[in-house]
Parts: sequence; structure tokens; C-alpha cells
Amino acid sequence: MQFWYFLTALTLLSALMVVLSKNPIHSVLYLVFTFFCISGHYVLLNAQFLMAVNIIVYAGAIMVLFLFVIMMLDLRRNMPDSKSNLTKLAGAILGGTLLVILVAVMRKTQFPQFSQMGGKFDTQTGMVENLGQVLFRDYLLPFELVSILFFVAMVGAVMLGKREAGERNF
Amino acid sequence: MFIALIVCLGLILTNVVVGVYSERKISAFMQDRLGPMEVGKYGLLQIFADLLKLLQKEDIVPKLADRKLFLIAPCIIFIAIFAGFAVIPLSSGEYLQGSKAEIGVFYLLAIVSVDIIGLLMAGWSSNNKYSLFGAMRAVAQIVSYEIPLGLSVLCVVMISQSLNLQEISTQQGIFSSEGNYLFGIKSLGIDVSAVGGIFTWNVFRMPFFFFLYIIFFIASLAECNRAPFDIPEAESELVGGFHTEYSGLRWALIFLSEYGMMLLVSFLGVILFWGSWYSPFPNIGSVRLADWTNGEPNTIAGTLAGFFWLIAKAYLCVFLQMWVRWTFPRLRVDQLMYLTWKVLTPASILFVVLSGIWRMLMN
Repeated sequence: MQFWYFLTALTLLSALMVVLSKNPIHSVLYLVFTFFCISGHYVLLNAQFLMAVNIIVYAGAIMVLFLFVIMMLDLRRNMPDSKSNLTKLAGAILGGTLLVILVAVMRKTQFPQFSQMGGKFDTQTGMVENLGQVLFRDYLLPFELVSILFFVAMVGAVMLGKREAGERNF
Repeated sequence: MFIALIVCLGLILTNVVVGVYSERKISAFMQDRLGPMEVGKYGLLQIFADLLKLLQKEDIVPKLADRKLFLIAPCIIFIAIFAGFAVIPLSSGEYLQGSKAEIGVFYLLAIVSVDIIGLLMAGWSSNNKYSLFGAMRAVAQIVSYEIPLGLSVLCVVMISQSLNLQEISTQQGIFSSEGNYLFGIKSLGIDVSAVGGIFTWNVFRMPFFFFLYIIFFIASLAECNRAPFDIPEAESELVGGFHTEYSGLRWALIFLSEYGMMLLVSFLGVILFWGSWYSPFPNIGSVRLADWTNGEPNTIAGTLAGFFWLIAKAYLCVFLQMWVRWTFPRLRVDQLMYLTWKVLTPASILFVVLSGIWRMLMN
């Protein structure tokens, strides 16, 4: 429990630093750290598969792409011109609305008490095997549809990256 | 658990000493030179002299570098590699196994990919165009080669039906709780669970795995940034790649991680394909070679025997990596991308299909 508090404080702190740090690279790195903290939460919930997926997809792939793009930009010349008061106001309103929605949802949600669950719960729910059972039995159709979606995205990426006729290789 | 932690740390530190010395000697042998000969008998103390020099060197940070990131990057690289060792079962039984997490090999692939962030940080924060080029190349290469690597690991997982590396290891020999059949096929009717040795290794249970191992080996070379995939640190073009600006202890840390990574992927290859910590000798009639060379799990002798076989096989793989490095020239960037996307990835997808069919035959 104490460890949970520590981890949560760390998560919130690093999430705040994402917003507050001036340098975009530092921002992205703090975001990576936030993802690691969230992975830590998954471990505490015994959702090992989600933990690994979170690291491999977000910290390992998507954030690296972010870093890649930001490093390509010349930061001194291309300072984002999003510092006007209008954009600040828009950001504040958007963030505030999201916060209100989340708080409202949390207040409405009924979290099941331990006693209401019959005094027992399955510690193995988050394991790979159980997750696979659920995905391939109860949610087979959505799962397959998602895989088609990914396939289409992949084909699209290949088509975009394809060499045009007559274009030099390098 | 804590024994495993200390053993792994010791292993990485010893590995860099053994690795650098043997690499210099092997490369010298392959190029008909003598290699280090001056310090100590056969140059045995050369590496310690080098280490002493590295420890004494000044820790230089370039003036225009991003100081914090520059200093922290080598540590992140090292932590990512070291965390990968957590799930490697170094021997049978429980003494030398770090984490018993069910997720095992998947966690390993995930945590090792964090290495990329360290590389990017090192390259970018140096504020040097060669470093940045090196980091870009490293990341493009590692991200692409993770796909054939992941797919080849997936094939083994499909055959062994488990992600836990200790479970995958145990299946490949005489301690297996399920029966083992020749080529893994039950309907052939040849039960080899008591024979053990090389006949129950994954590479024998599923004969196509030998070719899959070649894919795995190539992909793992690229993951370690080793020649012929060392364009991130191509000395002739980029000075030193992403670690151009590093000196002294931090440079040593980067080197330590590189050699640690070599050992890690060798361990992984041995565990997934080459029978993990089992000895290669089978039981033949009353000559119980497998029983004698493996001992019993959870005894000191059995643990040491398993550790010995795993280390021996892993260092054979490390030798193979060095052999490849001093034999093949470096690949060009477009050849590199051609190899992973047009050769290795389709081939490993084919192996995923084959493994699925084989798994159906095994039941």
C-alpha cells in the first residue's frame, strides 16, 4: 500500500513535468517515465501482460517515434508559435472539461466491494492465458476486426512508402 | 532470487573482461596477428590495464551538450540490458532463477527495447552531428530488427506453449513433466522423454527450428549493434556513432552494456533453441550420460552442472558472433532494411505458420 502511494506520487509528478518542462525532448522523456510508472501500477494489479505491452508499444515504439520526429526538428528555429493567449485558453478549457468529465464519471461509478464479490477474487485474471481465453472466445469477432484494421493500416503504410516508377533508390 | 541478482551482476562484469580479451585474440587469430602480447603472459592483463586507464580518465561533458541527459543516458542503456537478465533462468531448480514471472520472455523483449531510448538520449544530448546520425541509425535498425526477433521468439513460444523461460527450459530434457517424443510428434510413437540430451532440445523437437535460429541469430546481431550490422557506430564514417563524445567511466558503461547485450541474446538463443541448461549427452541404454551430466534439480551439484552447460553454450554463441564480426563487411543502410523487411520478416512469418502446423501434429 505504501509502495502504491509512492508510485502514484511519482506518476503524477512525472505527468506534471511532461506539461511543465520547457524542452520538448524532456517532455517526451518524462512521458516515457510516466508510462513506466503506469506499468508499475499494472504489476501491482498483477496484470503482467498489460505491463509488458505498455512498455513495448508505448515506451519502446511510439515514444521513440515521437523522439525521432522532435529530434529531426531544429528546435531553436522552429519554436512552436502556440504560445499565444488564445491557444493557452483553449488548452485550459479542453483540459478542464476532461477533468470535469473524469471526476463526474468516477463519482457515478460503483466500485464493487470485496464482500460483494463473494469474498473471493481471481488473482490470475491479468495473466496471458486468461487474457487469451477471453480474447479468442468471448471477443473473437472484435479481435479479428481489429486485426483487419491493423492489416489495412500496414498495407497503407507500405503503399505510401513505395518507390514510384523511375524514382532513384538512393 | 538475490543470489541470481549478484550472479548476474558478476556475470556481466566478468563477461566484459572475458569478451574483450577473447574478441581481441580471436580477431588477431583471424587476421593472422598476435593480438595483445605485452602486458602479462599472452597479454592476459591487457584488459585490466585498459580498465584502469578508463577509470582514471576525466569524465568530459561537452559544453553545449544537454548535461543531465548526457550523464544519465549510459545508465539507462545499462539498466535496460541488466533488467533483461532478471527473467533468465541460469540453471535448473530455483537457486539461480531471478524472477519467476509468467510473462518471462515477453518482458525481456519489452525491457530490452528501452535500450533504444538510452541510445537516442546519448546521441541527441551530445550535440554532435555524428552522434545524432549514429543514434538515428541505431534506432531505425533496432526497431526494424525487433520484428523478425519477436516473430522467431513467438514460434518457440507456440511450440512450448509457455512464456516462462524456466518452463521452456525444463521442457527440453529429462526433467520435463510432459512426455517428449521424437521430433515432438506423438504419433511416431518413439518416446524420448527418458533419453534426453540433444534429442529433446527444441531444435530437435521441431527440426525447422535450425533455420529459424539463423533468423534469430541475424536479428539478435542487429539488436546488439554488432558487425555486420554496426552502422550506428561505423568508425570509418561516424567516428564512434552515438558514443563519440563519451569518455572514461561512462564510455566503459556503454561498452559494458554492449557486451552484456551480446551475452543476453546468446542466453536467449540457447534457452529457446539449444536445450537451455541441459547437457547435450543422451541416455543410451545403461550408459546414463544425461542423468550423470545433469544431476538433480535443486541440488548444488545439479545447479552447478546446469550453470556450466548454459554458460558453455552461450559462450559458443558469443564466439559465433565474434566470428561473424571479423568475417563479414558492414552492410549499407538500404541493404540492412532490405534484409529485415523483405527477407527475414516474411521468412519468420512463414515459420510462425509452420510452427502452428507442427504444434497441431504434436498433440
